[in-house]
Amino acid sequence: MEKHISSQFDVELTGVSSRVLELGGLVESQIRNAVYALSQFSLEVAEQVIATEAQVNAMEVEIDRDLSSIIARRQPTAIDLRLLIAISKTTANLERAGDESEKIARMVKAIVASGSARSLPASELRVAADLASGLLRKALDAFARLDVTAAISILKEDDLIDAEFDGFVRKLVTYMMEDPRTISASLDLLFIAKAIERIGDHSKNIAEFIIYVVKGADVRHTSLSEIESVVK
Amino acid sequence: MNTKPLLAEAKNVLEIRNLNFYYGAFQGLKNVNLDIKANTVTAFIGPSGCGKSTLLRTLNRMYDLYPGQRAEGEINFNGENILNPKQDLNLLRSRIGMVFQKPTPFPMSIYDNIAFGVRLYENLSSSDMDDRVEWALQKAAIWNEVKSKLNQSGLSLSGGQQQRLCIARGIAVKPSVLLLDEPTSALDPISTGKVEELVHTLKSEYTVVIVTHNMQQAARVSDFTAYMYLGELIEYGQTEAIFMKPTRQETEDYITGRFG
Repeated sequence: MEKHISSQFDVELTGVSSRVLELGGLVESQIRNAVYALSQFSLEVAEQVIATEAQVNAMEVEIDRDLSSIIARRQPTAIDLRLLIAISKTTANLERAGDESEKIARMVKAIVASGSARSLPASELRVAADLASGLLRKALDAFARLDVTAAISILKEDDLIDAEFDGFVRKLVTYMMEDPRTISASLDLLFIAKAIERIGDHSKNIAEFIIYVVKGADVRHTSLSEIESVVK
Repeated sequence: MNTKPLLAEAKNVLEIRNLNFYYGAFQGLKNVNLDIKANTVTAFIGPSGCGKSTLLRTLNRMYDLYPGQRAEGEINFNGENILNPKQDLNLLRSRIGMVFQKPTPFPMSIYDNIAFGVRLYENLSSSDMDDRVEWALQKAAIWNEVKSKLNQSGLSLSGGQQQRLCIARGIAVKPSVLLLDEPTSALDPISTGKVEELVHTLKSEYTVVIVTHNMQQAARVSDFTAYMYLGELIEYGQTEAIFMKPTRQETEDYITGRFG
């Protein structure tokens, strides 16, 4: 993109964009750690994820403050305005993905406390969890490069996570039927699976905002085939 | 949102066709085609020298005052080409009024500033004239500030009041189109806000065309925006589209301040 006449405006836009990517990196590591805590039933790592959540929240507030200041002082238009709106929405989605990893960490603590952990297929959540954190990384990369093609492939990939989620739920049901004593821990795992699925949704939302920035089209609540015709 | 199709379907008051304009040998406008819709506000924006004021001045043939300036093409107003040499210019300018960048009150009383133009076209009784003066000053949102001093000179008013007086003078003859050439560039933000508010209320009865250097002003007051550059009309469309997602890269560069 060409530079503004006001180089200070460019500095402000670049600054807030890199803050979002920084927040994204932090959330990504929160997800990885939460999933690690789950696979190892590590109380220590789970505690660490819960403690770091405050940092995620603080960054969200900072980014929102920077955004308001740029909007108030620059009266952005067209692609600049779309970028700032997308940054605001992306920040909110990242913060909520951060909340989901905190939720996973809390569930890990509960499962460990209940003692019934090892009998359950927790490790099978790894596939979905890796898909979800990979998807978030791709969404952030695509955001940094404003890459519409990558954004569309993210939309497609989110469907895979949804399919993993459905498969996992069916499996949990069989465990619960076989041994009702696992029901309580199974429900905790179900919430974790749901949290992972939500992280995928947040990545998908971020991908939709990339299309909004570049193409000026709001593709939320739109089918994939419609989106593909919009970006052509 | 659902007013948009209505806007697009509004009737054309002015139809500009293949308009070229020359300052002697220099071509100021290059093949401009544009429809101005009834009861809307249309803004012309673009960098200095792009032809936006030139285009505005062709709409009531203000350029006729200057030798060596000529326009070619068509500007259809109510079905007649106003570029026709036989066009009655006084009549045209009573139908298409203009307000300039700097307030230009006549050196006469506030009352006569309004009544002067009306007397040229209409023969009103003194009570009808009083009504007309009050009506115009009311429309221009300045009545309350001047009603107790109608006999004082128009020059005694503040800049912002003078500009609203000029707008009142422009609408007193009941034109159908009002051309505003940078009407607020000499005004402070409060007076600017009042003039913008006025533009907004005027469009229920008039068609307004405004030239402005202030892009945010165009975004605030207009329904349609035309972006011009080097005498050419680059993009013309609904203001919301121009400021959210213009079609042309040149427009995007200009409105986002990337214009080098």
